[in-house]
Amino acid sequence: MKTLPPVDVLIVGGGWTGLLMAKELGSRTPLSVLVLERGPIHNPDEYIKEMDELDYAIRKRSGVKVQDCSKETATLRRSGNERALPLRELGLLIPGTGVGGAGEHWGATAYRIMPDCFQLLSSTIEKYGVKRLPADHSIKDWGVTYEEMEPYYTRAENLIGASGKAGNIQGRLIEGGNIFEGVRSGEYPTPPTATPYFSALFRDAAKSLGYHPFPGPNATLSEAHTNPDGVSRPGCVFCGFCNMYGCMIGAKAQPTNVLLPVIKRHKNVTIRTGPWVRRLVREKSPNGRVRGVTYKDSSGDEVFQPADLVILATWTLNNTRLLLLSEIGEPYDPATGKGNVGRNLTADLKFAAAKVLMEKPLNRFMGSAPTGIYVGDLESGVVDNTNLPFLRGGLLRALNSGYQPIGTFGRVPQSVKSTWGSEWKKAAVYWYDRMEDVRWDGEVFAYKSNYMDLDPTYKDVHGDPLIRMTMDWQENERRMSEFGTAKGVEVARAMGAKEIIPFGGLGHFDANPYVVTQLRGGTIMGASRDDSVVNPFLQHFQASNLFILGSSVIPHAPTARPTLSLIAMTIRTSDAIVDRYLKHPGPLA
Amino acid sequence: MERRHFLTVSAASVGGLLVYSLDGKAFRLATDDKAVLIPLRFFSEDEALIVSTAVARIFPSDESGPGAKEAGVVIYIDRQLAGPYGEDRYRYTQAPFESGSPDLGYQGKESPREVYREGLKPLKGLDRLEPAEQDARLKLIEKTYFFALLRRHAIEGMFCDPVHGGNVDMVGWQMLGFPGPQMSYREAVNTHFGEAYRPRPASLLQISGFKIRPSEDEK
Repeated sequence: MKTLPPVDVLIVGGGWTGLLMAKELGSRTPLSVLVLERGPIHNPDEYIKEMDELDYAIRKRSGVKVQDCSKETATLRRSGNERALPLRELGLLIPGTGVGGAGEHWGATAYRIMPDCFQLLSSTIEKYGVKRLPADHSIKDWGVTYEEMEPYYTRAENLIGASGKAGNIQGRLIEGGNIFEGVRSGEYPTPPTATPYFSALFRDAAKSLGYHPFPGPNATLSEAHTNPDGVSRPGCVFCGFCNMYGCMIGAKAQPTNVLLPVIKRHKNVTIRTGPWVRRLVREKSPNGRVRGVTYKDSSGDEVFQPADLVILATWTLNNTRLLLLSEIGEPYDPATGKGNVGRNLTADLKFAAAKVLMEKPLNRFMGSAPTGIYVGDLESGVVDNTNLPFLRGGLLRALNSGYQPIGTFGRVPQSVKSTWGSEWKKAAVYWYDRMEDVRWDGEVFAYKSNYMDLDPTYKDVHGDPLIRMTMDWQENERRMSEFGTAKGVEVARAMGAKEIIPFGGLGHFDANPYVVTQLRGGTIMGASRDDSVVNPFLQHFQASNLFILGSSVIPHAPTARPTLSLIAMTIRTSDAIVDRYLKHPGPLA
Repeated sequence: MERRHFLTVSAASVGGLLVYSLDGKAFRLATDDKAVLIPLRFFSEDEALIVSTAVARIFPSDESGPGAKEAGVVIYIDRQLAGPYGEDRYRYTQAPFESGSPDLGYQGKESPREVYREGLKPLKGLDRLEPAEQDARLKLIEKTYFFALLRRHAIEGMFCDPVHGGNVDMVGWQMLGFPGPQMSYREAVNTHFGEAYRPRPASLLQISGFKIRPSEDEK
């Protein structure tokens, strides 16, 4: 095996978190920083070529924009008694590949995590008592508080130029913003984006029911903005090609338009595309350091790349898989509760609480992925669960994401029973632009029985075991989904819907519909090495020169999509590395 | 060498059809052309006729608008099957193949090409039946994975960018009021509340100024 010259900092994965760390360390230190990204380089100047629903949203350009699942995928089973089967096509998960990762095709929602999520265990016990907790739960406090995170949220929002309307600035409540949010230090860097027709109908109906709707915060700019690094981007034009596409004008914050321009100014940062990292190499002693990684290069040769400091910043499942394959830390065992690598696998609970059939056309093709109106009155920590049959809560939302026909054609009123032929087609054509969703997005607990390990049967293209997910919805989510459905239907009724199709109920965790690329858990953060893989600075508890970035550190699934929080956490970790670790290498907590 | 197959299209029956040739160039069939031979990449002529008939029953032309025939869905499907998608280049195809809950997605060994080849056999002669008999034959297979693919591909061929061979002349988009890729709705997004806003559709080739290489042409 060839050994390459060592580098100071090695970053595995070139998505939001990996490139952000490269930017921070590259611009604030003289260290040599090497980013390994197994996918290709993208050309954002030609993202207009991606405005093709078939190739990008349906076929997904495997190997170019998203991971080629013929080479590596994951397996899924719903309980320890089932045999796991591979996800043979991308659907449930759409991990990115190439420089920028999934950050190039993300939906650009930039909503902060609700404050008490960071102390989920202690705040729930304090409010409702330990007896209310689900028997099988494995929720915990994260080891960091919202108040500690706030300055980093602010820096993250300034970096991406987040658009929104504050509802709570230093304790002062502001009408029109989210009055239920955590205390903010200031207003958003750019004002909220437009409120198109369907969202406006939802907003007015929600108001009439006594709710406090607010414009969803997001990372597609409402107007031109220059961030603190001097990077300028234009305002969104609502072309609707966001989710699964690179933004043709760069209005959507993407690693290639926010981070790369800064990285390119710093000669100490190198991005190497093509390497497929297979192992982290660690010294054998209990607190041994990580010496570097081995990878297969594009010509198929095995290479050892040594480094002083290693940042693991691949996609959620891959972070966990690489630790398991490298035998770093003890694998989680659900039977004994021992071991931490792989525990607390969670996913978003999101569904159409009400499909709303409206009399007038909605012009659904205009919009941007995150454009819409949210209702925060039923969020976790806001809604009172005392007399409800479940814990926590979620958001009601209406979005004007900009919809395309292949993905959204074919929905018909309940009276139409056929799924092909004239009757179906006539109804599907008529209702195509008159039907939209009121959505529920809820918080999901972690459970002892939901976790990851290495699959005993299925392998990747190099012969390494795939990651296996054991995952299903539990009673708390089922009851919450009934609540969310009822609330969504109420708003839909107030919108003057001609017909409402309520959510059909939560079945098993399902591989078919797209749930969310950002599953969470596997290498979770916390105050104690007894139940966590990394400390609150995302530093590995045993190997102190290893930091792990990404959704894998999040211990359960709050309502908020993780990306904004991951950007904030990465900035916090970069401060800890620059201000403390580099001066005195060793455990930070 | 295998015999090359062609789909015979009567231009008069479709009233001026925009067709993309194998090298991606667009040409229009004039209505006075009696018939045009479109080279097939995957189907035999018999198979193409069956597929053409089946998708036209799934997505018929009727008073609610054009259907699979006008949109050239069979040509779209032919190209998809001939390309990387048809051969499962990007699907995880490692054994063992176990049947599982449908919730875990398609677990079969067969590629889309193989699913079509097998699935078309029991539909032999479909194109020579009366519409009611055609529907009855399709009813018999409507729970199969092959039928699910046919239906999915019919929708894709109706509404894809014309660069893929379907949605000819953007007939599918026009029927729905979908304008295709456009450069900006910055003003429009705040107006037209409660009324249909229907800009003239454009295809990706028309707006982008770039040569577009669709995934089915990937080597």
